Amino acid sequence: MSRPLLELRNVSMSFGGMRVNDDISFSIGKGERVALIGPNGAGKTTLVNVISGDLTPSQGAVHLAGVDVTALPISDRVDAGLIRTFQITRLFKSLTVAQNVALAVMQRKGLTRSMFSCPMDRPDVRREWERALGTLGIAHLADRQVSQLAYGQQRLLDLAIGLALEPKVLLLDEPAAGVPSEESSKIIEAIDRLPSDIAVLMIEHDMDLVFKFARRVLVLANGKLIFQGDPAEVTHHQEVRRAYLGSYADARHAS
Amino acid sequence: MTDRAMVDGVSPPRFSVPLELRAVAITLALGVLGYTLFPDDLAFLTRLISITLLVLSLDLVTGYCGVATLGHAAIYGVSAYVVGNACLAGHSDPLLLLLVGAVAGAVMGLVSGVLVTRFKGLPQLVLSIAVGQLVAALANKLSSLTGGSDGLSGISPGRVFGVYAFDMYGRTGYVFSVAVLMVVFVVLLRIVHSPFGLLCQAIKDDSLRARMIGARVYPRLVLMYGVSGVVGGIGGALNAINTGVVGLDSIGFERSAEALVMLVLGGAGSLWGALIGSIVFQVFEHYVSAANPFHWMTMVGALLIAVVLFAPKGLVSLGGLLAGRTASVMRRRP
Ligand SMILES: Nc1ncnc2c1ncn2[C@@H]1O[C@H](COP(=O)(O)OP(=O)(O)OP(=O)(O)O)[C@@H](O)[C@H]1O
Ligand SMILES: [Mg+2]
Repeated sequence: MSRPLLELRNVSMSFGGMRVNDDISFSIGKGERVALIGPNGAGKTTLVNVISGDLTPSQGAVHLAGVDVTALPISDRVDAGLIRTFQITRLFKSLTVAQNVALAVMQRKGLTRSMFSCPMDRPDVRREWERALGTLGIAHLADRQVSQLAYGQQRLLDLAIGLALEPKVLLLDEPAAGVPSEESSKIIEAIDRLPSDIAVLMIEHDMDLVFKFARRVLVLANGKLIFQGDPAEVTHHQEVRRAYLGSYADARHAS
Repeated sequence: MTDRAMVDGVSPPRFSVPLELRAVAITLALGVLGYTLFPDDLAFLTRLISITLLVLSLDLVTGYCGVATLGHAAIYGVSAYVVGNACLAGHSDPLLLLLVGAVAGAVMGLVSGVLVTRFKGLPQLVLSIAVGQLVAALANKLSSLTGGSDGLSGISPGRVFGVYAFDMYGRTGYVFSVAVLMVVFVVLLRIVHSPFGLLCQAIKDDSLRARMIGARVYPRLVLMYGVSGVVGGIGGALNAINTGVVGLDSIGFERSAEALVMLVLGGAGSLWGALIGSIVFQVFEHYVSAANPFHWMTMVGALLIAVVLFAPKGLVSLGGLLAGRTASVMRRRP
């Protein structure tokens, strides 16, 4: 593995007195597919918030392609190719589907300063947002308002925005959760077809999907990284089993 | 239309000329209509247009960026005073005065934007009121510049293009104002559909999501405040040019609040909404206050309650109200 694209060094995040992420270190290299799993409330989304820059960690550092980005604003990280999606869909609801994605394309190309032109229809821009919508099978919804979309379609659009930003590191927070099977297969397909050189960290509860997708699994429980390794081993790992059975705390007392 | 996006890159451009042509046609038609309905009260109409520019200006920050402000008249008023002083100092060319107003408005807009968009929600609202009150208090104190409570008077602009003098019937002023409104409206339509305009709406919808596509939120909002300042400044300039006087009423809290009411009435987040709200409110006020000077505010209140109840997104959402607002325009949310 060459220099990691994303590296966390002893990251901790506390809210008030509560440690939601506790001394987490790992790294992800170019082209890696990593799943982040763990029970509800384990701190997975919080970790993604820290990596993406929405939260500043109480301790530790986040490195992106060898550069310490812990103190950088979100937008600088996005420029460097660190892109995320959201567990609960966040979209621009007063814009159309096409505008949601086109805006991402134009932002990446540095066109959002433009006040008078409308580069959304420039062939190079248009090709890109049409491709992102096409990849997720929602090109036919391009002119709809976001508010007219079903929830599953909104999830597809959220991912389409992510793809349009041409990530180098992509953080997916339960991309297929709560999505009807027809749409979830679209999402899985799209994730399968991501450019092979980008690094992907996916939070996912569906273990079938985890096994299919990931070559490495990180397990978070009570804010701690309790396992990292081969997906085949994860189900046999005692501590992980305990965490999922909800008796992690008891087990710790016993040992 | 729905299939269009699937056709490879050869479909017609999304931003078509007709939208702007339609805007030109509609503002012209409204101008003619106004002239036919109120031929003897052009002063009312020019005032209406000047306030409409303030409401459009407010729409840019409140409707398109989601900034809560009750101090927007500061921009309008400061520009009116600056223009008044410029004219009294002998710079009387109306186009030059418009430019002066635009620049003064831009400066005020940028200053307000720098302060107000740092915050969100209630603190933002309170800060906007504070800025507005501060400016109004200054206007009252600096009587050498503003004439204090007497205001500035005797502002007499020169001829438009050196040819058309401002006549006592207000015809020149009216035509001038309609032309200015038309130009501003068309330019604004362009701006709100530009990537910059879309990004502002995206920030309003969800500023964290906007950051996560790489947007620098604060500078965008300040810039839109600057644009808004230009528009409000032109409104203030028209006020000074057309009425020949500038008073404290043009800068105060009430003017800000009234502009917000007009915007909500018509529909924030739509330029057409700002236009409709401003016209309906002022025409309503004009008729009703003449017919019943004591209870007209009650009726305005009743109108507002009805709109909030039955068309919470403003009169513009009643759809098809204005000629030419086709479904495709609806989708583009001008
Ligand atoms: N901004 C916040 N302020 C205070 N507490 C927070 C905040 N965000 C998260 N928490 C708490 O941190 C813990 C971890 O939350 P988080 O959303 O990261 O879990 P998760 O692993 O993503 O869970 P899920 O699988 O349900 O999505 C929870 O107890 C939550 O209440
Ligand atoms: Mg979560």
